Amino acid sequence: MTPILELLHVSKSYGEGAAEVHALRDATLSVATGELVAIMGPSGSGKSTLLTIAGSLEVPTSGEVRIAGTSIGEMSPNDRARMRRRSIGYVFQDFNLLTGLTARENVSLPLELDGLSAKVASVAAIAALEELDVGDLADRFPDDLSGGERQRVAIARAIVGDRQLLLADEPTGALDSVNGEAVMRLLRLACQRGVAGVVVTHDAQLAAWADRVVFLRDGRVIDQTHPAPGPELLLEPGSRS
Amino acid sequence: MSIRHALLALLSEGPKYGLQLRQDFEARTGEVWPLNVGQVYSTLQRLERDGMVESDDEADGAQRGFQITAAGDDELRAWLQAPAGDVPPRDELVIKVMVALAVPGIEVAELVQAHRRHLVELMQRYTRLKEDVAEHEVAVALVMDAEIYRIDGLIRWLDSADIRLRRAPRPEPGAAPPPPVPALVRRARRLGART
Repeated sequence: MTPILELLHVSKSYGEGAAEVHALRDATLSVATGELVAIMGPSGSGKSTLLTIAGSLEVPTSGEVRIAGTSIGEMSPNDRARMRRRSIGYVFQDFNLLTGLTARENVSLPLELDGLSAKVASVAAIAALEELDVGDLADRFPDDLSGGERQRVAIARAIVGDRQLLLADEPTGALDSVNGEAVMRLLRLACQRGVAGVVVTHDAQLAAWADRVVFLRDGRVIDQTHPAPGPELLLEPGSRS
Repeated sequence: MSIRHALLALLSEGPKYGLQLRQDFEARTGEVWPLNVGQVYSTLQRLERDGMVESDDEADGAQRGFQITAAGDDELRAWLQAPAGDVPPRDELVIKVMVALAVPGIEVAELVQAHRRHLVELMQRYTRLKEDVAEHEVAVALVMDAEIYRIDGLIRWLDSADIRLRRAPRPEPGAAPPPPVPALVRRARRLGART
C-alpha cells in the first residue's frame, strides 16, 4: 500500500555552534492508509518535533518529507498551506475548539477556510460528527460538552472532508483513562476507514491501541514493535509463564 | 528468579569462590533475595555438569574457585535478552536489569528497550482482545484491564530505570559492588518483593 506519510532521513536542529540542539536525527518513518502508528518516547526525545515536521508546520534541517508521494520541499508555500488544510488533520491534547462556535461550526470551519460554501461545509461537518457518534450535539457549544464529547468533536474536525493524514499530540492527556481509551478506539476506527494516523504519546496503554509502536530516543528512531501474533495466543493453555 | 544466571553474571566479572558469589549476589540485589550457601553450591554443581562453569579441581569446599566458560557466557547473554514469559514476574525483570549492570559488554539501555518492546507488543495483544469485547461484557474488560495495568507497571519501571541509569555513571568493570542499601530501604523492598 502506498504510504501517505514518509519521513526519509529527517534531521532537525535548533540553534548554532555550542548552543545547537539536535531534536531529530536521521529519522525515517512510513505510514500507510489505514494504519495507526504511535510514537513513544520520554520527554525531549523528539516526539513533538517529529509530529510538527510530519504536519509540515516546520521544515527539517535535512532529509525529505513526502505526503501522498509528493515531497513537501518541492511545494511552493501556497501549495504547502493548501495541502496542510486539505490533507492533514490535527488533534491536540487540549481540544483547541473555538468556544464561540458550535460543534458543527468548529468542524466546518477548516472547510470554509479552504473555500467551500457554508452549506457544503456544514453537510460534511454533520457527516463527520455522526461518524464520531456526536451528531446530536452539533448545535451545542464546547462549554456545554463533556471532555470526551469535546475530543470527539476535535477528531471530527480532524477527519472532515478528504483528509488523508491524522496527527495527534497526546490526544488523551486531558481525559480520564476510560475516556482516553474511547478516543484511541475512535482514532483507530478513523484510520481503518481510510486515513493514515500518527499519535504521539508517552503512555504505553494508549500506544498499544496503535498497529505499530515506534520508539524514539534522543531524536532517533531506535526500535519499533513487530506485527504481533493474534491475541488468541494469549488464551491458549501454556502460553503464559 | 534465576540464581543460575545471576551466578553466571557474577562469574562473568572473573573467577570467584562460592562464598564470595553469595556475598556479591546479596550485595548487588540489596539483600532482597537472600541465598544460602547450599543453594549456591548446588547451582554451581549443575552449572559445571552442564559445561557452563569450570572449577579448580584441586581445591575443596570454600577454597574451590569457579570460572565461567564460553558456553556459560553465551547462555548468560541469551538469558538477559530473552523475554521472561508472557508476563514476567516482576522480580525476574528487575533482577535481569540489575544483573546486566555487572556484565561486561552488555548495553543495559538496549536490554531495557528489548524488554520494553516485548511488553508493549504483549500489551497490544491484550488491547486487541479488549477491542473485540462487547460493551456489556464488563467482566472480560476488567480482566483485560488488570493484565494491561500489570504490564504497564513493568513498562513504567523500565522507563524510570532507563532514566536513572542514564543519569548515573556506570561503574568500571571489576569495581567493588555497591554498598549495602540502608536497612529501612531494604525492609521496604522486602515487603514489596512479597506482594
